[in-house]
Amino acid sequence: MTAIATETVPVRLYQAHSRPLWRRILITRESAIIALLAIVIVVALIAVPNFDSPLTVTYLLRDIAPILLIALPMTLIIITEEIDLSVASIVGLSSVITGILTQAGLPFPLAALLAILVGTVAGAFNGFLVTVVGLPSLAVTIGTLALFRGIAVGLLGTTAITDFPEEWTDLAKANIPGTPIPMIIVPFVVLAIVFAILLHFTPFGRSLYAIGLNKEAAHFSGIDVGRTKFVMFVMSGAVSGFAGVYFTLLYSNARGDNAMGMELQVIAAVLLGGVSIFGGRGALHGVIAGVLLIGTLGSALRLAGVTSDIINVITGVLLILSVVSASLLAWLHTRQTAAIGKRRGKRVAERAAAGNPTR
Amino acid sequence: MSTTVTAPPAKPGSSAAARIVRSVATARETGIAIALVLVVVAATAANPNFLFSNDGFRDLLLTPSLLLLVAVGQAFVIITRNVDLSVGSIVGLTAYLTGRLFIDFEGVPVIVVFLGGILLGGLLGAINGLLVAWAKVPALVITLGTLYIYRGINVAWTGSDRINASDLPRDFRGLGTDQLLGIPVLTIIAVVVLIAAAWYLRNIRGGREFYAIGSDPAAAHLYGLKVNQRIITAFILSGALSGLAGVLYAARYGTVSSAAGTGWELQAIGAAVIGGVAISGGVGTVWGAAIGAFLLLTINRALPILGIDDFWQRAVVGILILGSIVLDRVLAVRQHKRLIAQREVGR
Repeated sequence: MTAIATETVPVRLYQAHSRPLWRRILITRESAIIALLAIVIVVALIAVPNFDSPLTVTYLLRDIAPILLIALPMTLIIITEEIDLSVASIVGLSSVITGILTQAGLPFPLAALLAILVGTVAGAFNGFLVTVVGLPSLAVTIGTLALFRGIAVGLLGTTAITDFPEEWTDLAKANIPGTPIPMIIVPFVVLAIVFAILLHFTPFGRSLYAIGLNKEAAHFSGIDVGRTKFVMFVMSGAVSGFAGVYFTLLYSNARGDNAMGMELQVIAAVLLGGVSIFGGRGALHGVIAGVLLIGTLGSALRLAGVTSDIINVITGVLLILSVVSASLLAWLHTRQTAAIGKRRGKRVAERAAAGNPTR
Repeated sequence: MSTTVTAPPAKPGSSAAARIVRSVATARETGIAIALVLVVVAATAANPNFLFSNDGFRDLLLTPSLLLLVAVGQAFVIITRNVDLSVGSIVGLTAYLTGRLFIDFEGVPVIVVFLGGILLGGLLGAINGLLVAWAKVPALVITLGTLYIYRGINVAWTGSDRINASDLPRDFRGLGTDQLLGIPVLTIIAVVVLIAAAWYLRNIRGGREFYAIGSDPAAAHLYGLKVNQRIITAFILSGALSGLAGVLYAARYGTVSSAAGTGWELQAIGAAVIGGVAISGGVGTVWGAAIGAFLLLTINRALPILGIDDFWQRAVVGILILGSIVLDRVLAVRQHKRLIAQREVGR
């Protein structure tokens, strides 16, 4: 009985799992999001007046740039099955530090650099509590969400600093000459390429997936899980700090409650982009499409006269649909493989019965 | 894990009184309760009006009562190793529903409004619970989605409209200010709910199963507990309590805009975590969550009196949350070591 089973099972199982190359590329969660994004853009171009104006593109990209930036390290963090809820608070803190230091007379580039440094230290603090003390990142970053935001609000109170060197605020609002694309996209593209190479083409990136799939197995295969996670949180802090400086310049406004609630937008976009909250699954192009999808949909609906609360509802529905559809597909898949297994089991039994008529 | 519900095994010959003293002294909630007392004492020393004026005493009890209800609901959910981010949106929706009921159906009995709020909250909670239980997706993601959806529905329904105190009948608004034997009615409602919840969690089979599920969902399932059903129940309770808080919100503040309850989800989670409800599930009591809610909002009022801008309140809250989870971790590690030592001795 067992001899027959080992003879047939392995080969067929392997066949059931291998798919042609085109299916592996086209039929993925990422492709679905990109297709959805394309549909939204096409429909908006046809149906929404003014959506094709260059100004729409400029404002859209400017507004979602901080989310695009922060989504990059957030993707890596969620792939390792952790989460960082404190990113928006770091944006606020970095914005306040930029403002205070500029007001104190520091040259702007130095103030900005120090603000990014503060963001990096904040990220390192998260990383320390998660990896060295060994606390769950959800709890840690709920705490630091309050702490960093509290320091930002405590430092500035309700006042706002609005006086920044004009050449820098102009730079934040400037477009790449001759195009409607804002300058901020340049550092974003650079960072996106760096993160994409890091995640998809290096051993370090593979180790992130390994950690997300199985921490213990990753540890025993020689990956320093703690150090890897620590690096993730430091990166997240640094990028959030940079986003804070950009946020400050774009709106010429340093306030303690800047970017309040943005952490939820970032996480919604990352999950929409096909990253699994269970870790070990996801790709950067999907995440970028996810951020663009939320941004484009919002922008198109606003232009079409839909109020922002309905846009919020649509964001929430999209988020839930994307995760529910993923688990529905997984459920269908297990059912399918179970059915195949059952059929094979029946065949094996039949053959066994046929081979042993005396039984 | 540091379970506070079960008293430590009594040493032979110790009296019941000594046992009670020992279990109180070692309880996770004691530390946070002492912190609360210290804050109240320090603020009262700086300005006696903080406690001894009529308004001061009332505010001390009244302001945290609403958050207490939401935090108790959140504790149920967190004990089952889930989290409910949508509670703030549920508070906002039910608070507006309360106002609308009074405006659209003149002379509607107050009890009907209460039931309406609790029902709507329970319904919204049931949606969360069903999605979490069926889709096998972490509650964080589902309730992040419903946070957006419920708030969006609230804003779309409210528009620029707002409920004003003049829209609400006098006897309903009276609930927000009335006192019984010097204790605000809202606080009495909250404490009654708290006692019922604590009783349920400590003594009823269903309540104990929440802890079992939170400690080890797979084991609970294998043992034959109805895991999905309990998780849905926890979300319904959380939603219904948030709905009750929404009704009381309208009574307490009189005005309800579309932003009512914004950000309460993090305050409620913060209160529960500070009060010793472990975010990893299976540990904690609703008493802790309630004391946490009191501490959070009392600090907010105490800081200006102690000469610190209340802008720093959130930073203090952050330190408290971090402090409690670090403390929880330390206690867990210590207990783990002790258990191992006991096993070695037993061999």
